[in-house]
Amino acid sequence: MKLDARIPPGPIEKKWDEARFSMKLVNPANKRRHHLIVVGSGLAGASAAATLGELGYNVKCFCFQDSPRRAHSIAAQGGINAAKNYQNDGDSIYRLFYDTIKGGDFRSREANVYRLAQISVNIIDQCVAQGVPFAREYGGLLANRSFGGAQVSRTFYARGQTGQQLLLGAYQALERQVQAGTVQMFPRTEMLDLIVIKERARGIVTRNLVTGKIDTHIADAVILATGGYGNVYYLSTNAKGSNATAIWRAYKRGALFANPCFTQIHPTCIPVSGDYQSKLTLMSESLRNDGRIWVPKKKGDKRPPNEIPEEERDYYLERRYPSFGNLVPRDVASRNAKYVCDEGRGVGETGLGVYLDFSDAIKRLGRKTIEERYGNLFEMYQRITNEDPYQVPMRIYPAIHYTMGGLWVDYYLMSTIPGLFVLGEANFSDHGANRLGASALMQGLSDGYFIIPYTVGDYLANAKLDKVSESDPEIRNAVACVEQMIHKLLSINGKRTVDSFHRQLGKIVWDYCGMSRTAKGLESAIEQIRELREEYWQNVKVPGSADDLNQSLEKAGRVADFFELAELMCIDALHRNESCGGHFREEYQTPDGEALRDDENYAYVAAWQYRGFGNQPELFKEPLEFEYVHPSQRSYK
Amino acid sequence: MRVTLKIWRQKNRNAKGKFVTYPVDNVNPDMSMLECLDVLNEQLIERGEEPVAFEHDCREGICGSCGFMINGIAHGPLPATTVCQLTMRHFKDGEELVLEPWRARPFPVIKDLIVDRSAFDRIIAAGGYISVSTGSAPDANTIPVPKEAADRAMDAAACIGCGACVAACPNASAALFTGAKIVHLAMLPQGQPERDRRALRMVTQMNEEGFGGCTNIGECSGVCPKEIPLEVIAGMNRDYLRASWRKRDNSVTVLRPFTKWSTGSKLEIDPHASS
Repeated sequence: MKLDARIPPGPIEKKWDEARFSMKLVNPANKRRHHLIVVGSGLAGASAAATLGELGYNVKCFCFQDSPRRAHSIAAQGGINAAKNYQNDGDSIYRLFYDTIKGGDFRSREANVYRLAQISVNIIDQCVAQGVPFAREYGGLLANRSFGGAQVSRTFYARGQTGQQLLLGAYQALERQVQAGTVQMFPRTEMLDLIVIKERARGIVTRNLVTGKIDTHIADAVILATGGYGNVYYLSTNAKGSNATAIWRAYKRGALFANPCFTQIHPTCIPVSGDYQSKLTLMSESLRNDGRIWVPKKKGDKRPPNEIPEEERDYYLERRYPSFGNLVPRDVASRNAKYVCDEGRGVGETGLGVYLDFSDAIKRLGRKTIEERYGNLFEMYQRITNEDPYQVPMRIYPAIHYTMGGLWVDYYLMSTIPGLFVLGEANFSDHGANRLGASALMQGLSDGYFIIPYTVGDYLANAKLDKVSESDPEIRNAVACVEQMIHKLLSINGKRTVDSFHRQLGKIVWDYCGMSRTAKGLESAIEQIRELREEYWQNVKVPGSADDLNQSLEKAGRVADFFELAELMCIDALHRNESCGGHFREEYQTPDGEALRDDENYAYVAAWQYRGFGNQPELFKEPLEFEYVHPSQRSYK
Repeated sequence: MRVTLKIWRQKNRNAKGKFVTYPVDNVNPDMSMLECLDVLNEQLIERGEEPVAFEHDCREGICGSCGFMINGIAHGPLPATTVCQLTMRHFKDGEELVLEPWRARPFPVIKDLIVDRSAFDRIIAAGGYISVSTGSAPDANTIPVPKEAADRAMDAAACIGCGACVAACPNASAALFTGAKIVHLAMLPQGQPERDRRALRMVTQMNEEGFGGCTNIGECSGVCPKEIPLEVIAGMNRDYLRASWRKRDNSVTVLRPFTKWSTGSKLEIDPHASS
């Protein structure tokens, strides 16, 4: 197979215009005859379903939660980037494009990223018109802030709840279409398989999570917007229900999975406090603007932080990166926290934490200013840890937060299965090896509102789709696979709970395929994952039945997929003999410990094809060419 | 610490439910109420019993999935906190906690602590939006919005749709939820063209779902994890009343141009006025 990204010809700023003009249109009268499936109702899914409904298509939208408004996009705090240049501080579409390519450590596609920067401005217009209450200045115009180390203020925000407000905007647009009858909503419904007929995606198999009923839904195209796979690690900042089942089962039906080892670790999360811990809570990285990060110089120093004198503290980021200090990018900050903890200098009961200290900032700016800037975050921290960060330094530790990898898509967001489109975090397309802050919301909405409505139309206008018979053997086969797996999981009746396996799996992936990786560690991880998976299928205990609301069964299926995905992540990380972005291989670093990219050998997208259970997946490469932004070494010294 | 959980168990919508008591030892004061249920569920599964079904997702207080009554209070004793963020240190060692689902006719129990809140989606679908199809928006800064208006819109828009307001209300009224959306959109210039229609439709839908009327008790706002102010209900009532009045006026629409041209009368009503 040759991976053709179908990038339109011409100069980069004209590519999307060219593509839009060359795409075929579907006659308005024919649109309602086309049935489309959208799986997922987050920013990408809800905006796609709403927009396709507005255009007159017949849309079915699915989510596993009780309402489309619960999707995990809702938890995004910081903001959404757009190259509006409202602040007149030198921003432009080109600059946002440049920053995103560079921030992604030169592992993303130029054409896609440029389009994302172009569309960013339309997103803000659309959201404001929907009534999203973005922060404003006294003059009534939109406010912006600088975010994640960007040198321009291009981030739009709605307090610390930007994701919530953008999602509610998309959700309301979606509900408007539900009312209009163009979109049919299926909440509490989980996609469990993809139906591929004559090499095209033609539908999905679902399970009703209340009644357990297995159904099939046939369509002319299937759009997956099911989010990322950070929950492989068990402990992550993702919602508990976030899972990879939809994209994983599509992978097993032939869609290629790209760059699975590109995962993002967020440096400012609240550390784990015990075995019972179910998830990690992220605090906005804006905290690093005023907080100073340190650990004791001495190993195993158990004195309370206030009793450790200044000269016995190591402000390791300020020491190693004098020019960026505490504001180094996410991956650098995270990795350094790991190093000092590995050395035995971590703080807190578990030793997995570093201090984020505001005492200097409080002395310099006064408590009131700090309260104004971070009051809600301090309150949240205190609520969880029962410690007052105005008095005692915060303890933070990195946590998995976002996955840049995902199903491979071309410029038109279509996977390697014709008719299967993938949007948002579920695809791999725009963030390379590292995502910039406030860019996830931008990508989700760009894909859903402004790209898929064009590209799906082009597909439908070109494809000659036969009518699918309900009794097609492929449909029966997919249903049988789903039923068999459910039956198997319920019948093992072993000794261990799903969560206990998931926790153990997560620990393996975190230790060996987390913040820093080695060939030896990854090889061992692959072994351990295989062994644990063996045990899972012998010894997992899933109570209850298939024809009832059964949360253990839901988890069991998702964890079964995480096992396989975890292995693929390690395989990908092992093959990529370089360090780039979130992927840090200890063997490949500069003399002073920074990531060392290998553009000569690894400037490509690694897309993996499923070759059957137990077989090594096959690697396909999409070479990345940089015509506009020339690869350079990132340096924050 | 240890607690005794007395939990409502109900197999499905049609089954009869009952309280079952479970002691939970080794509770860490730092764990959340939901993590305490996780620990109980692990034990139940190991003993071969069915775990307690409860709804949850983000576990950081924003998705609105979780929620149940703890000793008769929606989301438990701590103000402005969902059960996923409520840590066990707020309870006494040895305390008995009664957990039961939201109780309201429009929220039928699906299983154990899970209820069906789809009525909320239908209220939004009835008109809780601004009709702006993708692509048709003007530049975002074309219409300035006073900061105070944007801030008040945001206060109302913070609603997470968890349903605690309904559960806490003796009338099972959804006025706080519905009012929050009506006021959010009514505060913004973009929300004006559909303001009347929205209030009429959403309130009608709310009533059709079987929620009770508001009698200004205020329990809803008291338990609201996002502290949505009671004044959104007043805002909803005002918009509904005014819209009902204007709707009556629709019958004389044809006369308006005539009146205006011939007499110069100012009878024409400005739909953008905020009364």
